[in-house]
Amino acid sequence: MSLLNQFKTSLARSKSGFVDRLGSLFGSGEINDEFFEELEETLVSGDVGVQTSLKLVDQLREAIGNQKVKEREEARKLLIQIITDTMSSGENSTLADQKPAVILLVGVNGSGKTTSAAKLANLYRQQGKKVLLVAGDTFRAAAIEQLEIWSGRAGVDLIKQEPGSDPSALFFDAMNAAKARDADVVIGDTAGRLHSKYNLMKELNKIYRVVGRNLPGAPHQVLLVVDATTGQNAVAQARSFNEALALDGLILAKLDGTARGGIVINIQDELEIPVSYVGTGEKIEDLAPFNAADFAHALLED
Amino acid sequence: MFSNLGEKLQNTLRRLKGKGKLNEKDVDAAMREIRLALLEADVNFKVVKDFVAAVRERAVGHEVMSSLTPGQQVVKIVNEEMTRLMGQDQSTLSFTRGQTSIMMVGLQGSGKTTTAVKLASHLKREGRSPFLVAADIYRPGAVKQLEVLTESIGVKSYSNLEEDPVKICSEGLKMAEREGCDVTIIDTAGRLHLDDEMMSEITEIKNTINPDEVLLVVDAMTGQDAVNAASSFQEALGLSGVILTKLDGDTRGGAALSVRAVTGCPVKYVGVGEKLDALEPFYPDRMASRILGMGDVLSLIDKAEASIDQDKAKEMEQKLRKQQFTLDDFKDQIAQLRGMGSLEEIMNMLPEAGNLPKEVKQMSMNEDNFKRVEAIIGSMTKGERQNPAILNSSRRRRIAMGSGTTVQDINRLINQFNQMQKMFKQMGGADKKGASKKMKKMKKRFPF
Repeated sequence: MSLLNQFKTSLARSKSGFVDRLGSLFGSGEINDEFFEELEETLVSGDVGVQTSLKLVDQLREAIGNQKVKEREEARKLLIQIITDTMSSGENSTLADQKPAVILLVGVNGSGKTTSAAKLANLYRQQGKKVLLVAGDTFRAAAIEQLEIWSGRAGVDLIKQEPGSDPSALFFDAMNAAKARDADVVIGDTAGRLHSKYNLMKELNKIYRVVGRNLPGAPHQVLLVVDATTGQNAVAQARSFNEALALDGLILAKLDGTARGGIVINIQDELEIPVSYVGTGEKIEDLAPFNAADFAHALLED
Repeated sequence: MFSNLGEKLQNTLRRLKGKGKLNEKDVDAAMREIRLALLEADVNFKVVKDFVAAVRERAVGHEVMSSLTPGQQVVKIVNEEMTRLMGQDQSTLSFTRGQTSIMMVGLQGSGKTTTAVKLASHLKREGRSPFLVAADIYRPGAVKQLEVLTESIGVKSYSNLEEDPVKICSEGLKMAEREGCDVTIIDTAGRLHLDDEMMSEITEIKNTINPDEVLLVVDAMTGQDAVNAASSFQEALGLSGVILTKLDGDTRGGAALSVRAVTGCPVKYVGVGEKLDALEPFYPDRMASRILGMGDVLSLIDKAEASIDQDKAKEMEQKLRKQQFTLDDFKDQIAQLRGMGSLEEIMNMLPEAGNLPKEVKQMSMNEDNFKRVEAIIGSMTKGERQNPAILNSSRRRRIAMGSGTTVQDINRLINQFNQMQKMFKQMGGADKKGASKKMKKMKKRFPF
């Protein structure tokens, strides 16, 4: 299945509500104030956020004026282009040619870090890389077992310690293990934490520093896992995690639901953190690299 | 909890308060801001529309126009509508005489397993004898997670990875009866409301065990989509209540309003932390007044009573109210406050806390600062603590040396303290000049 198709399938179900509305907005009919107002509301209802929606609509107005667009259908294409342009920087976010390349997954509780770690491990495994998973969530009961089962399914090694052990120490050991075992990619899961908990964010920063000290340049990619159903709070999440350890990208998880995940436009706009991957289901292969044009098309297509 | 939404409504409504009489245009302007504030807070746009229409209809009528204090009248109407939407009274679980069964349902990652155990722990504290059934055979490690957690609170549980979930649940109920337990909590797998197969499985579980309660677990950070999931689960199962999780974050929690509006089900509990005792009852009226920025002083006092002795709680509350808060008190309270949760959390419960300058809020986020503040105040003389105005530059240098900090640290603390004192003053009387100035600043940040 091509990436575009996979993307469309996952968005097909979720777009029914949001996009049907957009569909009725576009089509024939003249472009008037009512059209813009409805459009603004539609974007807001897709979790794009009021300010970002206003901004997108303003950009659309300007583009319509410049290009003398008269039809709603043409306006739709313009909006697709605007969203694509806004979101393009997430494409081709590849790992630096490092060995081992270290990826760290962070996020709030229940966003889908552990599952995403397994999917990512599977993805690299399929590319023929030697992958090492790190069970960095030593806090949540049975999180280690969960990743252990996943690592078996993905056919990759797992580094773990006792529940409740210090995650920084675990990551220190994991870096040594990665070097000793000649791993290509190390994928670190971490415990879920609310971004407003100062001490937990400090713990995360420590992991970040310890990894960097043991392996200069690492972690090479820090990804924030965001649940696609999250509302405006995702921006606050991205802001805080980005302060604790510089984020390189997002994984937009659970995009196979009815949620639009429009909040990522907001995050891109404010913090310039691109989307790297999207989670599209519960199976281990349900992870796709992000493609801005596909995202915008799937979002706005009838 | 809802502090940010409260902040915005406060700003909107304060402007109404400032005017003698309201015309339709004023009300419309206020409604527009309320609408946008609610949208920013993730309340579903349809719910927002209904809410704003209801408030507007009542506000524009003579109720407001003929009132002596129009602003207060609008606040009252918004408050009433908000409380009405959230449910008038606190809602509890319903128990049957013999065996009570409670089923937890929801999307993946909403927090069902943790909440199931928190609920068991809560019921155990209430003197009941809970039993847990792990029916999530899909997520790797989910059954194990429940086992580990139930063991830690001394509650028995049942599962069987070889069986199908429907069988596990009926077996679990029998087991609970044999164990002499009176409440059985069933943790089901997280599922997408679009997944027909999984939805029919859960419908079958429900029809088989016929539970007394079906509780939807909802992540407080959910956005506009909250209504879709909630109404699907409601349609398929007929919910009896909602538990809102992860409310200890800084989310505005508009999902609470949305879910309540589309399901008509009351929120019965809220999850406020990772610890297994972090489950609290939901108070719709408190929440409504809190949303409106009237402060959640009731919850603050509850919290104080739970973590420090009552005399001290009263003393503190009085000091806050009488504006006799000195640096000495500040230091005294720090230890107590730390026992109650973060200072920020407490600030957010206070009326007008939305007015707090950012620096004050940031200071309270940082636990290290507590230590520094204690050291700085500890290095002051008694006179200095009572009257910080006498702190000239040589005194500040001395304090910096004594506390191992810098003069800048001292300056920052004194600034923060002065701002706090000002805020406490505003709580008592109205400092309209300052408020309107802040309004202008707020306007710049929120262009609509």
